Amino acid sequence: MSIRATKQIENSPLPGGPAFIQGNEAIADAAVIAGCRFFAGYPITPSSEIMRRMIERFHTLDGRFVQMEDELGSIAAVIGAAWTGAKAMTATSGPGLSLMIENLGYATMTETPLLLVNVQRVGPSTGQATRPAQGDVMQARWGGHGGFPCIALAPSSVQELIDFTIRAFNLAEAFRTPVLLMADEIVGHLRENCVFPEQVEIWQRYYAPGEPPFDTDHPSLVPSMPKFGDGEDLLITGSTHDARGLRMASSAEVQARVSWRLHEKFERGRDEIVRTQHFGEAQPKLLLVSYGGSARAARQALTRLLDQGRDAGLLKLDTLWPFPEQQLQAAAAKADQVLVVEANCGQIVLEVERLLRNGPRVTAHLRHDGEAITPSEVLAAAEAL
Amino acid sequence: MSERLLTQYPEELRPEAFPTTFCPGCGHVPLMTAIFEAYRLKGLKLRDTTFVSGIGCASWIPSPHFKADTLHTTHGRPIAFATGVKLAAPQRRVMVISGDGDLASIGGNHLIHAARRDVPIVAICANNFIYGMTGGQVAATTPLGHITLTTPWGNEEPPFDLCKLVLAAGARFVARWYVGHRRELIETIAAALDHEGFAFIEAISLCPTAHERRNKPRGMGVTKDLFVTIEQAQGMTEQELEPKIVCGRFAADSTRRNK
Repeated sequence: MSIRATKQIENSPLPGGPAFIQGNEAIADAAVIAGCRFFAGYPITPSSEIMRRMIERFHTLDGRFVQMEDELGSIAAVIGAAWTGAKAMTATSGPGLSLMIENLGYATMTETPLLLVNVQRVGPSTGQATRPAQGDVMQARWGGHGGFPCIALAPSSVQELIDFTIRAFNLAEAFRTPVLLMADEIVGHLRENCVFPEQVEIWQRYYAPGEPPFDTDHPSLVPSMPKFGDGEDLLITGSTHDARGLRMASSAEVQARVSWRLHEKFERGRDEIVRTQHFGEAQPKLLLVSYGGSARAARQALTRLLDQGRDAGLLKLDTLWPFPEQQLQAAAAKADQVLVVEANCGQIVLEVERLLRNGPRVTAHLRHDGEAITPSEVLAAAEAL
Repeated sequence: MSERLLTQYPEELRPEAFPTTFCPGCGHVPLMTAIFEAYRLKGLKLRDTTFVSGIGCASWIPSPHFKADTLHTTHGRPIAFATGVKLAAPQRRVMVISGDGDLASIGGNHLIHAARRDVPIVAICANNFIYGMTGGQVAATTPLGHITLTTPWGNEEPPFDLCKLVLAAGARFVARWYVGHRRELIETIAAALDHEGFAFIEAISLCPTAHERRNKPRGMGVTKDLFVTIEQAQGMTEQELEPKIVCGRFAADSTRRNK
């Protein structure tokens, strides 16, 4: 499937090479490398270091920063900025994501590219602000009213925070959509060795003057995106709209087309969007499935299982949404047991069960007490199967 | 109404937005044309402005009627969206046009913070004292005693004075006119377009469908008699002023700049 975003290799505005840096700071640096020059945010633990670092970076790179009055306003300002042509982002944690979800739906409906970083903490509600969890992964997919799809990435290391942040901006531009970077407190506050790129591939949104900005017959289903001042007399609305943006308050035909296309453009883009990593045996008898901070423990446990001579492997989900359906089914093709490792009360395991019904036995090692899952727990869970 | 408007404002209006959804007698139509007249008075093109609105009848004034860039956003948030537009593209004019429910109730927080920050945008609040689009529920601006769908025996909650609210939050350009004060409203919008910081205009509008229908028969409708100017108010007693709405420009102090 052809993507119409312009792809260009660019020099990083920051020094490349090895670094020892905190995860949240790495997100901010990677964002400015990806071309982000607008940030609106509201303080929340454990994501606040991202905002602080952006201010420092924007000071020399001529970016625009505003600390808004709340999270509702933060993502609203980001969407407004995105339509001026800027690459724009915000960062938050679960309670803030809850407040942003209304305008996340608006951004999806209006096909506005932006990055939303969610450094997850344990909940529900205020929960424990400094303790890790992965409790928002279903909220990312299903939190908004009306039902809309999303792109969500799950980084497991500081290096992946850098790589995935750059990739998230590129995907946002290519698919004209908000992208969620579903980090967690483990990786956000982790300090670790990493390498910053000297050069990066940067994607820019496709724009062809005069083309309808809200529908297209192009196979990618991603329309042209003008910006304010291009003379296109933009009609941008969260109401159901036709190809030119004109509100269509009661047309079933237009409503069906909008609903279908917003979902289908991600389905057609799966090859570009969906990424997984595989460790250990390619099609093992015992398959571990994990993502984000928890995948670190799963990977350690896998090493010990392989040392024991077990026929085991780990599928690490770098993309959470759209869900890596084929990758999971291929990895589990010869499995008797699938063990999902995640820091919540059972969320991605539901997706795994759905996709592997009538297949291997699916169980989960879950933890939702604000503590990091440890390798020895995962090992014990695997040995008990 | 549609044909006359399109003939009068061919540069400003999109034909595809017609027939308009505004009810006959809606105060938002004279407000819309007052905005056009202000742009003409200043020799400015609508196209150089991004018009941002929220949810409700007043938000449909720019979207889809205006032949310009329009951003029709979520309920209560247009000022926050506009803040992002203005900050990222400072060379563009940004105007928010929304209703009292949108800007003063659900979006009240963004309103006071934009005033405090002195975000250089023009915000016009079309205040018709009611939630018109949803059928006429009580608003944070509904006067005491007025009949609405959710206050069938009269509103018991005191309303906001939006101009006082925004003044207290730090805005330096604050004005109020009835849409029937045509010349004054046009001149005030034109002056707001020259203002460097946050400019707030409360345009008292009419909702014949949801507000006037219930209140006019009781002598509580919106007519010109309801309004006095700041100058007229100075010679009036508190008792005389009590049922009146004071119109004019409340602040034009350009000495204080936040940034």
